[in-house]
Formats: sequence, structure tokens, C-alpha cells
Amino acid sequence: MKKIGTVLLIIGLFASSVFAAGQNDEGTIKVGAILAVTGGASFLGAPEAKTIEMVVEDINAAGGVNGKMIELIIKDSAANPEKAISFAKQLIEEDNVIAIVGPSTSGETMQIKDLCQSYKVPLVSCAAAEAIVDPVASYVFKTPQKDNYVAEWIYTTMNSMGIKKIGVIAANTGFGNAGKGQLEKYAPDFGIEIVIAETYDKASTDLTALLTKVKAQNVEAVVNWSIVPAQSIVPKNMKQLGMEVPLFQSHGFGNIKYVEAAGEAAEGIIFPAGRLLIAEKLADNDPQKKNLVAYKSAYETKYNEAVSTFGGHAYDAIMLVIEAAGNAKTLDRAGIRDALEAISGFPGTGGIFNFTPSDHNGLGMDSLEMLIVKNGQFDRLK
Amino acid sequence: MSGEQFLQYIFAGITVGSIYAFVAIGYNIIYNTTGIINFAQGEFVMLGGMIAYTFSGFMPLLPAIVSAVLITALVGGIIENVFIRRMRKTSVMGMIVITIGISILLREAALYIWDEQIRALSFFTGSEVSSVNIFGARISPQVLWVLGVTVVIVSGLFFFLKYTLTGQAMRACSENPRAAKLCGIRTDKMVNLSFMLSAGIGALGGCVVSPLTQTHYAMGSDLAIKGFTVAILGGLGNPIAAVAAGLLLGLIEAFSISILPMAFKDVIAIVILLVILVAKPSGLFGSSQASSLKDY
Repeated sequence: MKKIGTVLLIIGLFASSVFAAGQNDEGTIKVGAILAVTGGASFLGAPEAKTIEMVVEDINAAGGVNGKMIELIIKDSAANPEKAISFAKQLIEEDNVIAIVGPSTSGETMQIKDLCQSYKVPLVSCAAAEAIVDPVASYVFKTPQKDNYVAEWIYTTMNSMGIKKIGVIAANTGFGNAGKGQLEKYAPDFGIEIVIAETYDKASTDLTALLTKVKAQNVEAVVNWSIVPAQSIVPKNMKQLGMEVPLFQSHGFGNIKYVEAAGEAAEGIIFPAGRLLIAEKLADNDPQKKNLVAYKSAYETKYNEAVSTFGGHAYDAIMLVIEAAGNAKTLDRAGIRDALEAISGFPGTGGIFNFTPSDHNGLGMDSLEMLIVKNGQFDRLK
Repeated sequence: MSGEQFLQYIFAGITVGSIYAFVAIGYNIIYNTTGIINFAQGEFVMLGGMIAYTFSGFMPLLPAIVSAVLITALVGGIIENVFIRRMRKTSVMGMIVITIGISILLREAALYIWDEQIRALSFFTGSEVSSVNIFGARISPQVLWVLGVTVVIVSGLFFFLKYTLTGQAMRACSENPRAAKLCGIRTDKMVNLSFMLSAGIGALGGCVVSPLTQTHYAMGSDLAIKGFTVAILGGLGNPIAAVAAGLLLGLIEAFSISILPMAFKDVIAIVILLVILVAKPSGLFGSSQASSLKDY
């Protein structure tokens, strides 16, 4: 009899903890985050984690969401998909979070997409790949602009500059391969010929041999789709080889540190990015300007380092979750999901978010703009 | 392929190759006195670049580099004193695990001290965009610096090991530590010195290549693998062989890119390494007699 009582008690405890998903006795809102704070993608995860910590601190200091404090649990996946899976399980089953922000990279996000869907936990990813929201999973959202917008922006700009023959180089990462795929897919639509497409090792420290090969093809422009360190090495190597053609890079170049690392060689690099990097230069009536400047100055004052688009993606993710928590009819996982999907006209750093049941990215082509490096600074390409 | 292009591939190969060689020289110095393969060698290169970058913020380039080299050498000495000396009785496998552990430790410490941002020391002469024109092919002046420093280090090392008493004592320790000790050589001191020397040389390498390759807290492990490949290819125990093998591998890689997609680059390097290890296990320039004496 006593034994049955114990079993019932345990079941009772277990059940109550399940029903309390995301909310404990003090009435806090538990939000989990899986970010690559260290490791090869730390340039994404570190500013993301800093941003989320800052946002949650500020919201709590201002009284929380409808009087409830946010409890943040950040897990460092070091860009390892296996770690991301086990952290996701831990956050869902043990910590009972109400929503998960992250992961930082597309590979990790794809690994936990089905997991979050089957446990019915809202996931707001900070990674870019289109596959995260296509096909749509009802619980999975993402904040960065889609890869194909980036490719289309690059080609539109090339058309206006009269560029027809290009060389494409990409790092052998999920990000690089996806980007190369998008560039190859859309090139015919814009009448652009890719005469050479090469993939290089992501840890490469000197690419003069590869660029010599590209140069020999007499291309009119080079597109490099990669992350650190190559995106600062490619411009240096091109200048050293005396290649005078324009260099286009992906939205992964969105951090002023990379411009500093490439020094003078960065001058004239063209790439599409959200408006965060040129926040101060926006017109005062721009709907995004207020949020962009607020985030930028808060981050730069607190951490004493330049803001990057990646931190911006995390800012959007946590702000969307907070917005959804404020609007949700019921403060549980399903309620948050419904409230997320209903968000429209939300001005984030990546653009104006308009989620619909069929669009869980919610951003249009106009969320990006072409930028150019001028005098060591980002500026609009005119 | 035009003559210019051919020359350009040679320069590209030399650039990459001399970076590999820098790491391989460090492996060789420590291996020479202790028989240990120090997998933390890549981290010394990283530390050199990082420290020099920090110091260059408030002092001219030259003193910044000198301080970086001295501090890293000190770190090398401390590591030997704290970890290696106490563990010398373990097996070769045990030593490898310890040095890998040290490399992780240094990497995490660097992450803690400098965060995850990439950094680059400024170019010694010229800038990111300047290049020297040699018979129509272009090369960054920094590559000439890398080559020059490599030549100075290798010849200095050769002279030191061959003609100075300390250098001879270091070599004696590697031939037969027990006999060396009986002759009155303080083997502990020699081992410590070899760690300091290889850490210092690694750090100098890190400073010289930093403008070209940039410095990042996690760059060490990739360098360690390539440097190890080169050290094995050349034949362990000989710094000059390391340089020759480094340049050879760099050139092979550069020319493989010219005819094959770049994705094959590392495959070719590994295939060549395997072939040599099967056909001539002592490496290209190592003597089979010497290698049979080592318990590696």
C-alpha cells in the first residue's frame, strides 16, 4: 500500500511538472537558448548570447512581461549538432522551457527541428538556411533573412553594374554550400554565367593559389560566400594578386571587425545585409530606426564592442518570444506558438516581421539592402 | 599555364609551406630532446600572434613582438615544469594525451582572455593591398618577411645545435638521456630549454604570419595537424628537413589546386604522406637508422 502511494506521489510530481511547462511556482517565464558561444561558430554565438542576456536583464529590470520575470537558460553547443540535440532535450524535458531561442547554425537547427515539432515547443532559430522554415513546421520560426534573398540581391546589383561573367568561391561549411547552391540556382534567371565555382577548406589561411585560378578565367566579379577567417583573407589575397574586379560577399560579412581585419583591402566590398549596420544613417521616419539605434547603443555601451548582424538575429528572436509571451492567451507552449504566428508588423533588426501560417520567416526582399565598405565603414551602395 | 601563373602558384605554395614549416620546426626541437610530440605547438603560434596584437596596441611593433616571444617562451617553460616533468615516466601514448590536453587548456584560456574575435597584426612593411611584382607574379611583402625569418631561424638553430655547448648538450639528451646525465648534463634543464625554445619560435612564427593569416583563439589545432604532417613527411628530428618538407607540401597543394578542384587538396597531401610512410617510414629526409632508435 505504501509502495503504491509512493508511486502515485512520484507520478503526481512528474505530472505537475509537465503541466507547469515553462512556469514554475514563482510565476517566471522560462526561456531556453542553445547558442554556439565557443567553438568554430563563436563569432555568431558569442554576440547572440550577450545580446539575449542583455535583453532579458533589461526586460526584467523594467518589470518583466505582464509582471512575470523571464528566466533565461543559455546552453553552449559549440556548434556541435549532437550537443544541440541533447541540450534541446534537456531544456524541453528537465527545464520545462516555454520556448527555445537558437541554435546559431543551420546544421544544428535542422537537427532539432523535428524534435521541437514533436514535443510542441516553439523554436525561434538564429540561423539562415531556407530549409529551416521550408517546409513549414508549425512550431519552428527563424529570424535571419533567407539565403535566396541574398543571392538575388547580389545578382540584381550585378545586373545594374553590367557584370556577366563571375567566379564563385565558398567555404566547405553548411553555410558556404547552401550559398553556393543558391548562387548557382539563380544565376540563369539573371543572365549571369558562373565560369568557375570552387569550394575551399573553412580553415584556409591563404587563398592566393585558388584566386590565381579564378583570376586566370578573366571573371568580371568574384562572389565569396564564407564566414571567418576567409572572408577577410579573400580581399587581402585578391589585392595582393592585383585583381581589380569587384568582390561581393554574403551577409556573413556583417560585422565591422571583419572590415578591420581586412584593413585597406576591405574597401569596396559589396554585400547585402539588414539595416542594423547602418542604423544611424537611416531616415528618421524609417520604422526600424528606433529599435536599431536602441539595440546598437545599448550593446556597444554594455560590452564595449561593435554590434554585428548576428547579435541582431538573436535580439529579434528573444524580442519575438517576449512579444508573443505578452500577447499569448495562455502562457504555455501552444499559446506562445499561436501568439508568435500572429505577430505582424513587428520592427526587428532584420526587418519588419510578418509571420503567417505559411511563412515562419516573415521577412521580405526589402529586409536586406546592399552595403559597401567605404573608408573602413559600412555605407549604402548607391 | 602562363609563366606568370606558374610563378604565382609557386609563390602561393611557398607562402603556405613556410607557415607549415614554422610549426614543424617546433615539433622537431621538442622531439629532439625528449622524444615527445608536442601537440600544443599550434597553440604557441596562436599565443604569439595574440599577445603581440595586444601589445601592439600600446607599443611599436618590434618590442610588441619581442615581448610576445618572451612571454610565450615563458609559458612553454612553465608548461614543461608543471605538466611534462611530472609525467615523463608515462608512455608515448600518455604523453600525446597530455600535450593534447595542454593544447585544449591553452585554447580555452585564450578564449577567456581574448574572446572569439579574429585579429590581425599590421603588416611589417606596406599594407593589406601592397604587393611586390616579381617577373609579373605578385607577392605580399609579408611573405618575404616570413621567408626571411624562416631562413634566419633555421640557420640559427642549425648553428646552435651543432656548434654551441648548450646545443650539443640538448642533442646529447635526445640520443641517450641517461648517458647525458652521467656526463654531467642537467637533462631537466635541457628539456625545459627545448620547450622554451620551441614555444618562442612558434610565437615568432605566429607574429610573422598573423598579418597574412590572421589570429584566432582556435587556430592552433589546424596548424598542429598540418605541422605534424610536415614534420613526419620530412623525418622527425631535423629542422631543415621540416622546412624542406613544408615547402614541398605547400607547392604540391598549390599545384594540385591549379589542375583539380580545391576540395582535393588535402586528399592529395594525405595520400602523399601515407605513401611516404609506407615506402620510407623515416620520412623523406630522415635516416632510418635514427628513427629505429626512437620509441615513437
